[in-house]
Amino acid sequence: METLPVKIQIISVIGALGFLAMIARLIVRGKLREEYAIVWIICTAILTVFSIWRKGLEEISLLLGVFYPPSLIFLAAIFAIIVFLVHLSVVNSRMQSEIKVLTHEVAFLKQQLQKRAGETAVSSGDEPVSAAV
Amino acid sequence: MLTNPRILVIVPCFNEEAAIAGVVEEINRQRTQLPLDVLVVNDCSTDRSPDVIRRLNCLWLDLPVNLGIGGAMHAGYKYACRNGYDIAVQMDGDGQHPADELPRLLRPILDEKADVVIGSRFLAKGGFRSTWLRRTGIRYFRWLNRSLIGQLIHDSTSGFRAFNRRTIEIVSAYYPDEYPEPESIVQFGLHNLRMVEVPVQMRERQGGTSSITSLKAVYYMFKVTLATVFIYLRLRNQSHYGNAAC
Repeated sequence: METLPVKIQIISVIGALGFLAMIARLIVRGKLREEYAIVWIICTAILTVFSIWRKGLEEISLLLGVFYPPSLIFLAAIFAIIVFLVHLSVVNSRMQSEIKVLTHEVAFLKQQLQKRAGETAVSSGDEPVSAAV
Repeated sequence: MLTNPRILVIVPCFNEEAAIAGVVEEINRQRTQLPLDVLVVNDCSTDRSPDVIRRLNCLWLDLPVNLGIGGAMHAGYKYACRNGYDIAVQMDGDGQHPADELPRLLRPILDEKADVVIGSRFLAKGGFRSTWLRRTGIRYFRWLNRSLIGQLIHDSTSGFRAFNRRTIEIVSAYYPDEYPEPESIVQFGLHNLRMVEVPVQMRERQGGTSSITSLKAVYYMFKVTLATVFIYLRLRNQSHYGNAAC
């Protein structure tokens, strides 16, 4: 098995750096929270290491007894994706239950406001006005 | 015997503009003999239900996000818990549950013989009993519940229920959000609550559509089975969490 050709090596380093720049931009603009960015930065780091260390993949494959090095890439990548998806599902579930709690609280507050507006209207003989709130 | 209980009848409402006024008026007629308040929980309806509810003689909660029947009921139970009600009753907003069955539903709790009372379609003949397919599903949940908690509840999907204070505190800490009825029976069983079924007559819905269509039936079966098994695993080794905050 040949080591990676230099051309692909350069392309993958540029690709990794470009990806890193995109992540950085998203964080700066406040569209991505740092805690989620960590995963992507680690991925980029791994990608960069293997772009520079040309025989790395082969050596690790040999060490693990994998005969066809690219299959190791797929195995590792798919595993990482699944773990991250599960993580996102957990985050999503937590947000859903937090939304439920917030919705309940908002509903209670709305009811209290309405009741208070009603009371002021009765005591002053006015229509319920937003100023009473 | 419970003296001077404060009773809250919780009516979840999602797009029930046609039926909700009738349901609330029917419950209000029971006020002559029972000391009850009516709380309609509007689960972010997209029709004119909110306007209708505001003109009715009842309390209401307006959820700003659609939470589904379980989330809406959970809001109602929290409200009952925080405002010191002794009994909470769940009644559907589509008119399936006749209000004149309320005294019969409340009797075991007023006599302090039960923590949870479930109005059941299948204990007495007559009234609306749902379709064959749906009854088969109900039979399956009956079996599932019985194998998990060892208690036979004939109508585990019935949403016509009454809870005492202890149960209100438990459900305001946790209540299942989606298709809550069969799952909550396992929850009650594992909290060692005394469940009693009373025979009631139900009607066909007066308006609106069921949340469970044929397409969703398979999902419903699967989701409820999963939820039931998992709540069993979650609560099995857990002594009930005392007086949880509302």
